[in-house]
Amino acid sequence: MLSKVAERLYWIARHLERVENTARLVGVYDNLLFDLPGDVDISWYNLVTLNSAEALFEERYKNRDERNVVKFLLADDTNPSSMLSALKMVRENIRTTRDVLPQESWEMVNELYIYANKNIQQGINRSARHEFLNNMIKGCQQINGLLMGTMCRDASWQFIRLGRNLERSDMVTRLLDAGAAAQLEGEVETDMHISQVVWGNVLRSSSAELSYRRTMRSAVHESDVAEFLLEDPYFPRSLRFCLDSMLNAVKDLPNNAAAKKALRATLEVEFALDSKKRLGFEFREYLNQQQVNIGGLHQVINTTWFAMLQRGTE
Amino acid sequence: MSIDWNQYDTKHFFDELIGENGEARVSAERLVEHLASLDEGELESRRQMAEATIHEMGVSFTVYTEEGNIDRAWPFDIIPRTISQQQWEITAAGLKQRLKALNMFIGDLYDKQQIIKDGIVPEHIIKNSKNFRPECVGVKPAHGVWAHICGTDLVRDSDGEFYVLEDNLRVPSGVAYMLENRSITKRVLPELFEKEGILPIGDYPSRLFDTLVSISPRRIKRPEIVVLTPGIFNSAYFEHAYLAQQMGTELVEGSDLVVGDDDCVYMRTIAGLERVDVIYRRIDDMFLDPEVFEKESVLGVPGLMRAWRAGNVALANAPGAGVADDKVVYAYVPDIIRYYLKEEPLIKNVKTYLCDDPEQRQYVIDHIAELVVKPANESGGYGMLIGPHSTKKEQAHFIKLIKADPRNYVAQPTLALSTSPTLVSKGVVEPRHLDLRPFILQGKNSYVTTGGLTRVAMKKGSLVVNSSQGGGSKDTWIVNGGAADAI
Repeated sequence: MLSKVAERLYWIARHLERVENTARLVGVYDNLLFDLPGDVDISWYNLVTLNSAEALFEERYKNRDERNVVKFLLADDTNPSSMLSALKMVRENIRTTRDVLPQESWEMVNELYIYANKNIQQGINRSARHEFLNNMIKGCQQINGLLMGTMCRDASWQFIRLGRNLERSDMVTRLLDAGAAAQLEGEVETDMHISQVVWGNVLRSSSAELSYRRTMRSAVHESDVAEFLLEDPYFPRSLRFCLDSMLNAVKDLPNNAAAKKALRATLEVEFALDSKKRLGFEFREYLNQQQVNIGGLHQVINTTWFAMLQRGTE
Repeated sequence: MSIDWNQYDTKHFFDELIGENGEARVSAERLVEHLASLDEGELESRRQMAEATIHEMGVSFTVYTEEGNIDRAWPFDIIPRTISQQQWEITAAGLKQRLKALNMFIGDLYDKQQIIKDGIVPEHIIKNSKNFRPECVGVKPAHGVWAHICGTDLVRDSDGEFYVLEDNLRVPSGVAYMLENRSITKRVLPELFEKEGILPIGDYPSRLFDTLVSISPRRIKRPEIVVLTPGIFNSAYFEHAYLAQQMGTELVEGSDLVVGDDDCVYMRTIAGLERVDVIYRRIDDMFLDPEVFEKESVLGVPGLMRAWRAGNVALANAPGAGVADDKVVYAYVPDIIRYYLKEEPLIKNVKTYLCDDPEQRQYVIDHIAELVVKPANESGGYGMLIGPHSTKKEQAHFIKLIKADPRNYVAQPTLALSTSPTLVSKGVVEPRHLDLRPFILQGKNSYVTTGGLTRVAMKKGSLVVNSSQGGGSKDTWIVNGGAADAI
């Protein structure tokens, strides 16, 4: 398989995951803010912090209000991670890899792209936001479903898996970090209600609420949430599951030694969760370390399989 | 209200669906009957369905403008154009004959040049040709074939006969649109496919694949075949990706390929370098290899010509094949067929005046208002003068151009291009001029598409069918059964 094609497939999966995650995040926040008492200040701006996009946001907007944040996250084409930017990247990459993907994938992404651009205002205004975001999520799942149901499990599939799981592992560490940050901010008040809301929110953002309850059989509690999202071997968005999937994906790829090593090293970093202690700075330190490791994983994938090989040497 | 065929006036043109007596031609009977059964609203909803399908399928082509490249949806007319199978078979045989002779001609030009020595074509045909590549002299491609994929433009004159307008032997495009037009029509007029004897066209990609396999230098079970594209900004990128996908081959850009010290071509893969056997290249000669042609080209692959000359890789079409799609060479094709094949041409040429010849040049200058003047080496309908549709000023300009560079111009009588019913606005059907581009393959075996790409000038009275200049297209049906059309 061509290096260039492998790279495009990897980015299709990453961006597609990003589109879905962004739609889900905004949707969860939309819901959440209805539930909170008026005096509790969990702001929309957290979503910008979560995506490490503060600087870019400041450049473009003065007010950190709902409208600006939602616009920035969904529609802004100067934000390379906005939902529309990511969808555009999915489309461009599918357009240039149509020769290896199922034929319908181009039609589907094109349809979704047309829909998103035509209805983006619904996402920015509140009244029809829910329906719009749901349709976006459905569109992503439709494409993923098509790929899952029709693609050969050859190298092309493995690069899609790598992209999807890398993006997911990145997102889950960000969500946990945002939870821990909110927790630290709110700690002065030590209000259990806020803790419930914060960690419940983290779970919902990962579509993990029901699985969590079935698996952990406990109410929403910070260290249990962290344990579930970091270590559950069966939940498809837990860090462990994502890393395991990637390890599996590289198994049959050529020249996989460096990637295997980096994945194992990331899997081995553990954080000793203690249900009696609150999650604090050490936890954020740990998440930060894992973020660095995930960035490193991307580098290894890039140099091993995508980087243009030197002419005439190998 | 449905289509009112009584209002449909074909004037003095040959119409593809409707005969002089106002009745449908045999090959179009069921189609015309069916169209008449659809009311205005139904026709309109079918047209919208086609539009939505094109939009969703992302069938597009790129138009270059000063503001940048625009991806435009493919303009499509839902009313198909029909041809009887019997007539098509004769035409197809003529197309194979033509390509066979042209390939022998190209091979001869890059070898002994016997046809020039025998005085059939003049020597200046090579001496002044922009597309003769001295780098190709002495190369012997597999099966003696240089042009493996040819797109030949056919038109019907008012006598109802097919004429060859030009041969495209370099990188002819349009075949993907031909295939997509059929899938759109199947969605839009499904009723007709149930009963009508419309011959399928879908085997083109596998025939193309077989042709490419047949020219692989390595006789191995699965030669590595790639489609080489200039990239996403090329107007035919859609087609490059489509064909690669349909054939199950890699779609590569120049930067994905590399020529090794062993003069073999390799592609950069996730496992390292892999040998490539056949390149279906959709890049012009001049950009293929910066070591030999355009030094600044970043689209090509340095060393590619070296690898090809060494016989380590096959290029389709071979470099230099364009020498035979020159519009001056065109005038000699009937003689070329007689010379190499000892056969009479099965399809006629359009009468062509060569401005290089003083007598013919004078005729062209005297009759410029009646003729179509074309530069010898342009494609896409650019740089043309259509005499009857031109101003005195434009005519004077062309006379100047001809005098300055006579070898570069040919002229032909303005043909009364055939028409076909076209939906021009809600419920309104009018005749529009069209042509036909079938695609001919030659490797170990020959193949002609069942029909081809019908291009239609959407503007009333216009003869320009190129998509870059406002042309559209139609599905082309070769219809089985019944006698040939009474012409």
